[in-house]
Amino acid sequence: MTVNMTKGQAISLEKRGGGTLTAVRMGLGWQAAKRRGLFGSRTREIDLDASAVLFADKQPVDVVFFRHLQSDDGSVRHTGDNLIGGAGQGGDDEAILVDLQRVPVHIDQIVFTVNSFTGQTFQEVQNAFCRIVDETNGQELARYTLDGGGAYTAQIMAKVSRAGAGWQMTALGNPANGRTFQDLMPAILPHL
Amino acid sequence: MTAELVRGQNHPLSLHQVEIRVTAGTPVLALVSAGDDEGRLAGPEALAHPGARILPGLEAPGAAGARHRFPLDLDAVGAAVHRVRVVLALPGGGPARFGAVPAPHVAVAAADGAEVAAYTVTGLDSESAVVALELYRRQDAWKVRAVGQGYADGLGALLTDAGLPGPAATALAAAALAVDTPLATAASAAAPAAARGPAGEGPAGAPAATAIDYAHPRRRRTTEPPEPAPTPEAPGQAGAPPRPVAGDAGGWSMEERLYNQVWGMFEDLARTVAAYRSAVDFADSRLDRELDDALSDPSARLTANAARDAARARRDELVARAQAVLDRDLAQLRAESEVVEPALPAAYARWDNPVWHGAGAPRESPLALRLGDLSLPEAPGLRVPMLMRLPLERGLWIDNGRTGSEAAMAMDTDRLRRLAMDMAVAHAVRLLAVHPGGRFCVHVIDPAGAGAAALAPLVRSGVLAAPPALGAAGVTDTLERLTRRVDLVQMAVRAGAPAELPPDVDPADQLLIVHDFPHGFDERAVTRLRYLADEGPAVGVHLLMVADRDEASAYGPLLDPLWRALMRLSPVPDHHLADPWVHHAWTFEPDLPPQHSAVLERALEQVMTRH
Repeated sequence: MTVNMTKGQAISLEKRGGGTLTAVRMGLGWQAAKRRGLFGSRTREIDLDASAVLFADKQPVDVVFFRHLQSDDGSVRHTGDNLIGGAGQGGDDEAILVDLQRVPVHIDQIVFTVNSFTGQTFQEVQNAFCRIVDETNGQELARYTLDGGGAYTAQIMAKVSRAGAGWQMTALGNPANGRTFQDLMPAILPHL
Repeated sequence: MTAELVRGQNHPLSLHQVEIRVTAGTPVLALVSAGDDEGRLAGPEALAHPGARILPGLEAPGAAGARHRFPLDLDAVGAAVHRVRVVLALPGGGPARFGAVPAPHVAVAAADGAEVAAYTVTGLDSESAVVALELYRRQDAWKVRAVGQGYADGLGALLTDAGLPGPAATALAAAALAVDTPLATAASAAAPAAARGPAGEGPAGAPAATAIDYAHPRRRRTTEPPEPAPTPEAPGQAGAPPRPVAGDAGGWSMEERLYNQVWGMFEDLARTVAAYRSAVDFADSRLDRELDDALSDPSARLTANAARDAARARRDELVARAQAVLDRDLAQLRAESEVVEPALPAAYARWDNPVWHGAGAPRESPLALRLGDLSLPEAPGLRVPMLMRLPLERGLWIDNGRTGSEAAMAMDTDRLRRLAMDMAVAHAVRLLAVHPGGRFCVHVIDPAGAGAAALAPLVRSGVLAAPPALGAAGVTDTLERLTRRVDLVQMAVRAGAPAELPPDVDPADQLLIVHDFPHGFDERAVTRLRYLADEGPAVGVHLLMVADRDEASAYGPLLDPLWRALMRLSPVPDHHLADPWVHHAWTFEPDLPPQHSAVLERALEQVMTRH
């Protein structure tokens, strides 16, 4: 069952039946730009980037993005940069895997963001979405549709934060502008 | 359900009254040794053999046979016994090596006949004695481990390795093997044994001496199916970490899997310590901030003490949680290291690993080489093998200068230099021993003869291509020959005909040990050396410098690129190596043969018999 999340909605990442989630994946997919007929290599590619920022008590401790594909502690892993997008059929073109059991004890929030590195706004991107998946069984927990949105180049998607002994996820869906996660820091901080 | 073990794997034993079953394609002797917590035997009486069959809790079979069943009561073996080993040995008069017979199969069975764990001792070659299983005590519980450690020099070498003095071991081995092979029982038992021969090597009676190896000796067999990977068992209860198994990683061969597993452990250790350090740093900085806040707020002066205590408690609580996570991860890595180390092939193994007593001419060049051990202060006692792919991309530089590190400062120059040279010799022996015969060749430049004592084992055994080069003339001559080789091989490779070399060019990989640099070097020789360091690795010429950078300071910055191009190793523990993931400074420790051990000489003897 997929929850189409609305802004600010929080869902607990506890499984029904008592167990907590151990691994989640944030997937990002979008449709590649249409090929130019002649000189196809000069198509204006669309490059969206997924990033995750690890916070301890509102201080950024580590970042996972296309130039640092794994957090130093090994708990958050980016599967690699996709520069052009995919078929737009719902498959993930970039993914960030979080092993919640290995997240260091002082990290209490992980914020996921999406940026348009090549500068197109989400209005210009076709079939873009972002979703959170339970990595252990492939079940989709939450999904956002990005395209058709406003004239924004970035979005602060969601945060995963500690709640008691487990974790909970909050949908943020906050539009912003920026080329990489660094530009988003001021927009992230109010959500912590 | 029977647990089929792979080499190095262990399995818990809930029962203490068990039966040991041995099935072999040929008559073998089954012996049992009772050792202390390091597996050492107190004396000849700690081995149950046909001449003295009974030890507390066990009785070894009285004669060689293709099948054995004998009981073992672990509650009765005595409190001092921590490791009970099942040893198989080939009696005289039959096949002389396990490589010529079907792989023996050993099992531990419960009283009701159900097998608890079983192990097929594969991969043996010229060994004539092998430690098949080990039943050992771990925190008041017993476990069984598949050992599979063979000894080419036979039972005597096995017993020496288990701590018996040489003459006593030889005498005991002779006594144990002095039994008549009851051929009748062997023949009758051989048929069913062959029928259930685990590896399907055919009937046991097949004459082994005629086994022909059709593989090209120099070709890497890439088309053969990959070796089966060990499968870690499903964890007994949910949430418990799976029991580690040697070779639990991707790869085509066991060697490649172990290489990947060791690097996996290296990365996991780096990252788990990174998580711990990050948490402690955060806890400390938060404590500072909170203490500052408590002091700077004048209105809260009365409660400042309480605030300070609360801040400290918060810090300690977070650090304790980080420590608990670290301890959990380290326990898992330690358990993994415990099964991986004994399973490592010679190229990866420490010098005290019994694999060095095993047989064996390697058939293929190794994938990688152990250069030493790496550790972090947070994980005392956990030492990760430092494995580097062969051919080495960079030359090695063993730094015998005293200014390099604290440990070197504290040591006197002569001892440090000797240690550095011993380390170079150990690396040379390791490289020679793990390459097939004639595929590796060592040259030495020792202009002043200052390294003669350390080089003696190499010189004495005759493995060197030529005696160590002395004086300026020797330096020039050796460098010229190797430079010529590099040039010719490069030309041949560029021309697309790497096999078309002049007959006097040795196609084997080369190692050049340079001692006392820059003594005996003129400008021209220095240029040649730099050329070798740059161009050599690509065409199989490796450089191993044993040098003190300060002594070459007269050359100024001219030599900086040379030192940078080499991988610096230290003869004493030193923190100069960083991992590729989080850049911790790791403590490097060289791996030297144990003192008074003849392992180097033995390895060199084996190298010579291969030529």
